[in-house]
Amino acid sequence: MLDNKIKSKAEIRAEKLLPGNQNFTTITDDIAGVPESKKTPIQWWLLFGFALSLLAIFAGSVGFLIWEGTGIWGINNPVFWGWAIINFVWWVGIGHAGTLISAILHLFRQNWRNAINRFAETMTLFAVICALVFPGIHVGRIWLAYWFFPIPNQMGLWPNMRSPLIWDFFAVFTYFTVSLLFWYTGLIPDLATLRDRAKTNLKRKIYGFFALGWRGGNRQWQHYELAYLVLAGISTPLVLSVHSVVSSDFATSIIPGWHTTIFPPYFVAGAIYSGFGMVMTLSIIARKVYNLGHIITVEHLDKMAQIMLLTGCMVGYAYSMEFFVAWYSGNAYESFAFVNRALGPYWWGYWVMIFCNVVVPQFFWFERYRRHIPFLFITSILVNIGMWFERFVIVVVTLHRDFMPGAWAMYNPTIFDVSIYVGTFGLFFTGFLLFLRFLPMVSIAEAKLVLPESNPHHGHEE
Amino acid sequence: MNTYGVIARFDTPLALVHAAEKVKDAGFKDFDCHSPFPIHGMDDAMGLKRSKLGYVIGAMGLTGALFGFGLQTWIHSIEYPMNISGKPFFAYPAYAIITFELMVLFSAFGAVFGMMYFNSIPRFHHPVFYSDKFSRVTSDAFYVSIEISDPKYNEEEVKSFLEKIGGTDIEVLKDEN
Repeated sequence: MLDNKIKSKAEIRAEKLLPGNQNFTTITDDIAGVPESKKTPIQWWLLFGFALSLLAIFAGSVGFLIWEGTGIWGINNPVFWGWAIINFVWWVGIGHAGTLISAILHLFRQNWRNAINRFAETMTLFAVICALVFPGIHVGRIWLAYWFFPIPNQMGLWPNMRSPLIWDFFAVFTYFTVSLLFWYTGLIPDLATLRDRAKTNLKRKIYGFFALGWRGGNRQWQHYELAYLVLAGISTPLVLSVHSVVSSDFATSIIPGWHTTIFPPYFVAGAIYSGFGMVMTLSIIARKVYNLGHIITVEHLDKMAQIMLLTGCMVGYAYSMEFFVAWYSGNAYESFAFVNRALGPYWWGYWVMIFCNVVVPQFFWFERYRRHIPFLFITSILVNIGMWFERFVIVVVTLHRDFMPGAWAMYNPTIFDVSIYVGTFGLFFTGFLLFLRFLPMVSIAEAKLVLPESNPHHGHEE
Repeated sequence: MNTYGVIARFDTPLALVHAAEKVKDAGFKDFDCHSPFPIHGMDDAMGLKRSKLGYVIGAMGLTGALFGFGLQTWIHSIEYPMNISGKPFFAYPAYAIITFELMVLFSAFGAVFGMMYFNSIPRFHHPVFYSDKFSRVTSDAFYVSIEISDPKYNEEEVKSFLEKIGGTDIEVLKDEN
């Protein structure tokens, strides 16, 4: 007898990504069981209560901002851009990992992404919503925010299409819409699963309405798969364009420290880096609360840590290259801007950034640390602290000292800068927790594709 | 009571692919293979032509790009030429970004709404929903359905044919009234 049967590559991979004896039925039961369960974990209620309190802070602060105006913030002359822009860039950046995971890794046929892509896409949606809040409220007169749109108006005026700020509006708006469509398209088959398993008529009707009458026929899958592939294909350049355009808000100005061509790739790398940090934080919490360690495995966390190592090193390269070019250019203002970052009054911001973004990911060279869950949890939070400080350094530290020493000033945030930023976490987590409660947090259809028996040809290939 | 077709269950994706080949070879046209996830190689097994969705997406993308470029050109060259920091009115390099973004936006609409159009969804009623067992198809079951609109449809023959090629749980789809 052939007891020592040689395992195919597909089988070995499946064992790592879906350990234990899992089949199509158990995958459906495990994932769909979470939104179907009548019992909500106590941790969920605690987190939800916390998120709602933050959301209340958010609503109150934004309400006061609209009432009183942007004077309640710490912005001054010369630091006209403060926390609002930092937070905008930070939240958009976090969103980017979601698109990277769902689109780029799909194009590269990285099946391991199937356990985390729904998760990451949802994170993208809510992160981009949080980001969109800031351009909306920082204009001051929020009731005139429709001036962003190129619509005919009584003044006969149009947005200036030659300005990077309006490019940014179009980029982020498109990004949000495409992310929403991508997320919803991926959900359709899973909503059908929930519809077919629903115990009550109301649930069946609600899930059934959004499942659009999906019946899993191959005549449907054929068009569906093509649509999904194309969405992945167009999201890939889109996500690269979005943070490039965000960076051009800075790079097209003439401020020393901003006026550099390295900004677009540097911003994109940083965005992916921070986004993976956030996916890591969220998935470690969710797999713990919902006991999904066999679906979101250590193997997945390990792979995410590897991507963080890669993008962390890219960010580190950008930091050193900026310094080199500032010196090599021989431009006194440019050189000063960078010396001021590292040794000026805000030196601590710079070194927090270097520590979190350059030093911390170096641990991921070692497999031990990539698979140590408490360590990963702490580093994933440090990464996002570091990336927040990166934007602080770029926005505030650059602006507070430019060409004329007579125009220099220090910047101090007020309580409302802090409360609106903290409040966006309420917006983010309220949305995210509701998603965890009512929708499948892992794509049920795609998780099954990791099993070798889902592919009738797996015996012949590889 | 109206009859709509016959369904039969198969155990694995592989069995479903083989069944699809046999149904196609037997000359049926209005049939479908239902599965919880897309199965690689099923399009060939069923003899389906390439999806035409790509053309729709391409046309939408082109429309978006032309619209984006046209909008910006019209605004700054025709509708309200305004001198802002001496930038040229027809600053076409600066139009690249919004042209690209609108191309992506329109393509995405083309992909999603085109997919819905080709799949005829939303459609909340369908004969296969008359079967109770069929609901497992979104979890772990694999079904072949042959519809009554097929020119070769004959209830008894179809039932015995599906049984012969290995189908189980064979059901005739009927509505209740």
